[in-house]
Amino acid sequence: MSTLLAVRDLTVTFDARPRVARAVDGVSFEVASGETLALVGESGCGKTVTALALLRLLQQPPARIAPASRILFEDADVLAMDGAALRRLRGARMAIVFQEPMTSLNPVLTVGTQIAETVRAHERVTRAAARARAADMLALMGLPDPRRCLRQYPHELSGGMRQRVLLAMALVCRPRLLIADEPTTALDVTIQAQILELLADLRSRLGMAMLLITHNLGIAARIADRVAVMYGGRIVETAPSADLFARPAHPYTAGLLRAAPRLDGPARPTLAIPGTVPPATAWPDGCRFHPRCARVWQRCGTEPPLLDVGPGRAARCWLVADPTGGTP
Amino acid sequence: MRLRIGLALVIALAAVALLAPLLTPYPPAAQLDLHTLRAAPPSFAHPAGTDLYSRDLLSRLVYGARISLIIAVLAVVISVTLGTLVGLLAGYAGGLADAVLMRIVDAGLAVPKMFVVLVVLALWEGVTIPALIGMIGLTGWFGVSRIVRAEVAAAREREYVGAARAAGASPVRIAFRHILPNVTGPIIVTAAMGVGQVVLLEAGLSYLGIGVPQPTPSWGNIIADGQHVLLSAPWIATGAGLAIIVTVLAFSILGDGLREHLDPRSA
Repeated sequence: MSTLLAVRDLTVTFDARPRVARAVDGVSFEVASGETLALVGESGCGKTVTALALLRLLQQPPARIAPASRILFEDADVLAMDGAALRRLRGARMAIVFQEPMTSLNPVLTVGTQIAETVRAHERVTRAAARARAADMLALMGLPDPRRCLRQYPHELSGGMRQRVLLAMALVCRPRLLIADEPTTALDVTIQAQILELLADLRSRLGMAMLLITHNLGIAARIADRVAVMYGGRIVETAPSADLFARPAHPYTAGLLRAAPRLDGPARPTLAIPGTVPPATAWPDGCRFHPRCARVWQRCGTEPPLLDVGPGRAARCWLVADPTGGTP
Repeated sequence: MRLRIGLALVIALAAVALLAPLLTPYPPAAQLDLHTLRAAPPSFAHPAGTDLYSRDLLSRLVYGARISLIIAVLAVVISVTLGTLVGLLAGYAGGLADAVLMRIVDAGLAVPKMFVVLVVLALWEGVTIPALIGMIGLTGWFGVSRIVRAEVAAAREREYVGAARAAGASPVRIAFRHILPNVTGPIIVTAAMGVGQVVLLEAGLSYLGIGVPQPTPSWGNIIADGQHVLLSAPWIATGAGLAIIVTVLAFSILGDGLREHLDPRSA
């Protein structure tokens, strides 16, 4: 598989005078064509900022992308693009769906207008052709009676339907990469399952790659090929999903897994990770997770690099180099 | 309720202005009794009386409505269009453009509108009605742009604007297609209120003799006609004064009603 998206040393800072918030700090990852990568982590660890940076949707200032950062999409340098090139990229080659289906649609425009508009922003087609494409896309999203839906306003639709409309809007130009930022967080559990199924189905049908951003490991496990766990603006572990869930290498990943309730297997108490993510203006020295880590030892005062764990796996933890953790 | 009263009054006024030739028994500038040339009190022949030049006041009031409303509506169209464009630009672009435009607006609001219009029109020889409309329109957009800017700055942060940007929409498209339709409510309310204000301004200018030129009737110049004889022929100024009061009130009530109607919190 060829590399579709390559992110190198992405660093995003926010000017939060008098200090500087390093929301994303030296993040590197790749997404191959057709692959699904899940970016997992707690609130405030930099997932959404990473996603917005990929499409250059961050308001600059206050955000600042460090000059050493590289974002290569289809071998084009996204960070060097001008406004016109960005508009050709957004929605056409790389699309995003946000987490709030209730507020991401314009209340004064019909669903059909909003989807058709995206088509016409990128392709020279007639209004009628664009609407036909919109209807086809809505049908593909599993909406009953797509023709009628075209004429409806967002307030006439349920949350699940709106998320399907937003997906149709994102996918109508057949992007190579879909960024889904917590696509199911705002929905009921039953609707969540339907949308996830739809996402998995669409990915294989449309042959697109997906960057799924979620705090829910269950969702990541269900549809991702690979998982990258973020903490404190950094990627702390990356692995094929099956391996990650079977044998987490980083204590943070292990903690997240223990904190998620499971329906299969024996019942056990869920264990929260003590403490909260520190603010991005004051990451701790050394390993950023060490103040909350149960297995902290003397080497944690200096930050570990991403250490090789196995084929396609890496973790930012000294325990990888010395599994005894200093205790003989 | 307020919306209905306001609408009814405004529609009635508009009907009077539109149907003026059908409602008036005499041409508004016709001097009917050249022998006596004196103001006659209201009677069957002249329900609002006649003025010092023996012109039928009802006809003048009705035609005055036409002039006042045309001036007010066109001036408001100019000022609301300008104010909306400036407010949209300032609110959407933000940064330096916003700062510069809003300082201009501050300056514009600081200078009394009446004074500017007065000076310009006083220097102008032979004021015409289009010039009057232009002057009032060009000096009236500052407040509108302030309101529109605030609404746009708030609407810009909405998620659907971010979603449109993420779908590849251009800034012009986002501004006019996604933001503008979401801020029309306050613009309509401002426009309705504005019409009343301009009626008042135009009456003031005409009263001072630099607004609508005689013999074209305007409520302002009718009051001016009647002011020397306020005690001997009070009906002249009173009729026009009542017309102004009713009109300004009608547009205020309409504006308030629209505000209530368009405000999602009161629905």
